[in-house]
Amino acid sequence: MTVLRPHAEDQYAEELALLAKDDDRHRPPGWKLSPWAVTTYILGDGDRVTPKYVGARRIVEVAVATLATDRALLLLGVPGTAKTWLSEHLAAAISGDSTLLVQGTAGTAEEAIRYGWNYARLLAEGPSIEALTPSPVMRAMAEGRIARVEELTRMPSDVQDALITVLSEKTLPIPELNREVQAERGFNVIATANDRDRGVNELSSALRRRFNTVVLPVPATAEEELDIVARRVTQLGRALELPQTTTGLEEIRRVVTVFRELRMGVTEDGRTKVKSPSGTLSTAEAISVLTSGIALAAHFGDGVLRPSDVAAGIVGAVVQEPVSDRVVWREYLETVVRERSDWRDFYRACREIS
Amino acid sequence: MSGTSVFVLGVRHHGPGSARAVRAELERIQPDAILIEGPPEADSLVSLAPDLEPPVALLAHVPGAPANAAFWPFAGFSPEWQAIMYGTSAGVPVRFCDLPAAHSLADRADDEVPDMRADPIGSLAAAAGYDDPERWWEDVVEHRGDTFSSPSHQAPWFEVIAEAMAAVREGYEPDEREARREAHMRKTLRATLKQGYGRIAVVCGAWHVPALAGPLPSATADSALLRGLPKVKAELTWVPWTYGRLASWSGYGAGITSPGWYHHLFTAPDRPVERWLGEAAAVLRDEGLAVSSAHVIESVRLAGSLATLRGRPLAGLSEVTEAARAVLCEGDDLAVELIQRRMVVGDRLGHVSDGTPMVPLQRDLREQQRRLRLKPEALDREIDLDLRKPLDLDRSHLLHRLRLLGVGWGTPGQARGKGTFRETWTLRWRPEHDLALIEHAALGTTVNTAAARRARDLAGAPAAALADLTSLVEQCLLADLPEALPEVLAALSAKAALDTDVTHLMAALPAMVRAHRYGDVRGTSAEGLAVIVRSMLDRICVGLPVAVTALDDEAAAGLLKHMDAVHVAVALLTEVPGGAVAAPRDRWLATLRGISDRPDLHGLIEGRLTRILLDSGELQDAGDRMSRAMSRGQTPARAAAWVEGFLAGGGLLLVHDPRLLALVDGWVTGLSGDQFTDVLPLLRRTFGSFAPPERRAIGERVRSAGRAEAEEEQDVDERRAAAAVATVRAILGKAGG
Repeated sequence: MTVLRPHAEDQYAEELALLAKDDDRHRPPGWKLSPWAVTTYILGDGDRVTPKYVGARRIVEVAVATLATDRALLLLGVPGTAKTWLSEHLAAAISGDSTLLVQGTAGTAEEAIRYGWNYARLLAEGPSIEALTPSPVMRAMAEGRIARVEELTRMPSDVQDALITVLSEKTLPIPELNREVQAERGFNVIATANDRDRGVNELSSALRRRFNTVVLPVPATAEEELDIVARRVTQLGRALELPQTTTGLEEIRRVVTVFRELRMGVTEDGRTKVKSPSGTLSTAEAISVLTSGIALAAHFGDGVLRPSDVAAGIVGAVVQEPVSDRVVWREYLETVVRERSDWRDFYRACREIS
Repeated sequence: MSGTSVFVLGVRHHGPGSARAVRAELERIQPDAILIEGPPEADSLVSLAPDLEPPVALLAHVPGAPANAAFWPFAGFSPEWQAIMYGTSAGVPVRFCDLPAAHSLADRADDEVPDMRADPIGSLAAAAGYDDPERWWEDVVEHRGDTFSSPSHQAPWFEVIAEAMAAVREGYEPDEREARREAHMRKTLRATLKQGYGRIAVVCGAWHVPALAGPLPSATADSALLRGLPKVKAELTWVPWTYGRLASWSGYGAGITSPGWYHHLFTAPDRPVERWLGEAAAVLRDEGLAVSSAHVIESVRLAGSLATLRGRPLAGLSEVTEAARAVLCEGDDLAVELIQRRMVVGDRLGHVSDGTPMVPLQRDLREQQRRLRLKPEALDREIDLDLRKPLDLDRSHLLHRLRLLGVGWGTPGQARGKGTFRETWTLRWRPEHDLALIEHAALGTTVNTAAARRARDLAGAPAAALADLTSLVEQCLLADLPEALPEVLAALSAKAALDTDVTHLMAALPAMVRAHRYGDVRGTSAEGLAVIVRSMLDRICVGLPVAVTALDDEAAAGLLKHMDAVHVAVALLTEVPGGAVAAPRDRWLATLRGISDRPDLHGLIEGRLTRILLDSGELQDAGDRMSRAMSRGQTPARAAAWVEGFLAGGGLLLVHDPRLLALVDGWVTGLSGDQFTDVLPLLRRTFGSFAPPERRAIGERVRSAGRAEAEEEQDVDERRAAAAVATVRAILGKAGG
């Protein structure tokens, strides 16, 4: 394969085939696998099926059960909690096709959800089914597959509301041709949305109530998060072709610890409470702080990742709002970081820049 | 044994399915006697049961040793409770057949090891491929669809459980304690048979079924086991219980986390999932969340399909919780928590009737009243306590503890005389105080432990504000409850960390410093308090610079009061020995110093800061600062505020420092007519607060300002001053030098 990033159903085709072969449980109409096998595909079986999502089993179970009830699924979470990743793999496992995707942006038009026209043919032949350009949602309906809507809350509200008919009536009327597309069994929608960012278009309650909501949490334990961050940092470093640096696990652990403590509002030993800043402090941000730290160390430092390389990044990630976040950060620095004897360098580095 | 039959009903303690099954089975077999696993001393208390409102608990305690006690809680859905209810309503004698509390309490005294017997349900569940025994039991027993429709089908269940338990217990050798318990159960069973009862139902934990079912072994072996057991005098009574307590602490060792759900399962006539989710929707609507019937329908469907996905016959608590989370609450954890608190655990509180014997808490209080020579009287009586005397100190502790328990027997009055070692109380006993004691019986058996427990509960309450917690710390110290203090302090430190309003912290700090010193006076150690005080001060030092910006007059005055209070409190703080960290006073003054140089301060605050720093010897340039503040560049109102802050609480400074006086004088005389009228009220307020002699002295200084300054110094009569100087030197510890 020469593509930069293959689709989930291609990359894991072998595992899907394996699961389909042994799967003798009941499959909902239009599903390629039984709900049970879909859950196994996502969480892995500890043997030949690798885990795609690391986290609580109940989350995946609720998500799969939701799709089996023909209710639409809304995955909520802060950035970097694997919402898109999970939706892609769910679609791949259920329909064998994760490509029916609508990306929500401020400029997404209603055509992306309903249908557009091929204007050359429209002018030449007049309105006909051939002149119609179906949207991914329309194709998913016709073929009985899963449609994915990314960043639902970024779309303008009127575009969002185009989904209401689709989800409640399971039909998409085409008034120009005086016909409609009725959804085949197996059709469903997985939407993802970010619940921490500002400036989003809140879902109307009419639409909201057609979704079952699953909130994806940040990694539950420090070890889990450390594992995710360390692996991603190495991968990214390779992909970006950064010069080789010595990245101690210690420094990664420290960044993860700072992020977790500020995010959770309590220290890892559970003995001291701290205030949480206004930013999201997601795992993804921890990863980017470390990658930029590595770039600093490689290009301007001695090739070893030091506290001073990550300090600026951390402060930048924590202090999003100049006044209140700065107090939060100072307080954390003075009451938590200062007390840790093996964090002296880090404390000094942070003091220098703040 | 011909003509007699014994039915052994193995149950899961507090299992609603078991309760239904027991009730139905008893109605079917119509026994003429019922034996229940529990302390036999409670036999006489059974007759009180119909007047009680569950949840209640049997409390066994040893008079005179109130710390030694055990609880057997019952909820409406406990099979044992249902058996008692059946017995009392059908007129069938009900007896308890477990080892008497007299023995078990005596045994506990020297052996606190928890019951380590194998978990029978766990073994069965593991055999069935379940990782969670609770879920297995729910699936196999509590959730059999027929429990809700046709109870008559249940008869074989008790045989099945007996068989299964026999298999689990095969080759198992009970430990001594358990062997004795089962021996006593058999002994009671034999005695009941001997009395001529023909149809006996035994309700006990499933685990004990094999020991009681089938032909009984010889009585001699059991008697040998039970001979010579240690014994104490135990008394039993009913006490009210709560679902919250049922969830956390259970005498049967079958602590359940979801009493509310079980209650629901037991009381719902049919369709438990639909009813539960409907109720959850009602709870959410009460809180103003929009939840429609369509939501409920979808959540029921999701619960059903989740159960199918997990291969369960019927949706259980975890499925309905997930369904409520995904549909009703739309992923909102707070709403889920609300359901958890209101419904899954529940806040039901039991009641006991009037005839119930006295609880140990009351006994303990009576005991202490005798020892401390304080009689409960219905009339007001005033007493004066000198805390340096042990008896009075104990009295004060008792009264403070009772206040924590909501028993307002004593009301503290304004202490006469000075010093922290005096207290005045007004005592008056009211009948409702007894009720309060009964209500708190579940908290502990002595006033001391109950008060400590209560303090912990209060500290754990999510709604507790910072001020509540600081006063709770003070109360804990006053009531001498060192065992509760760590938790209260932990709650306090957590709350302090999250409080974003630095004035709250500043308001709380003086009380904490006071409490710290109080602890010293009363001989109570308050470890950890110093640490918290220090961290609170750290937080104040970090937060204060932000808090002093952009204040109006009123806010500045409020903050000033707090700053003064903190300053006084900081002076009381002892330096940390070792000197690894900066002394609190240095840290505080450094913060003030940092703030004092800022140009955007309110005049009042800047003036006050200058004064504080000057008094602490931190400032060499107070004159320059004052001159800056009084100069033309500043508006007269701000300058007046500055003067007010600077001079608040005493004008002696002006008497002794002619330079500062000249600055003020020069500023006032330099004001134009209008400006003077504007600042006059402020100046009046400032100078009006000085003592008359100070005002006079200042006036004289102003009048004589033109004369030679040295003249004043020569006025001192050294001969007459010598005596005073000697005294002052003695006070300062420099006598004889």
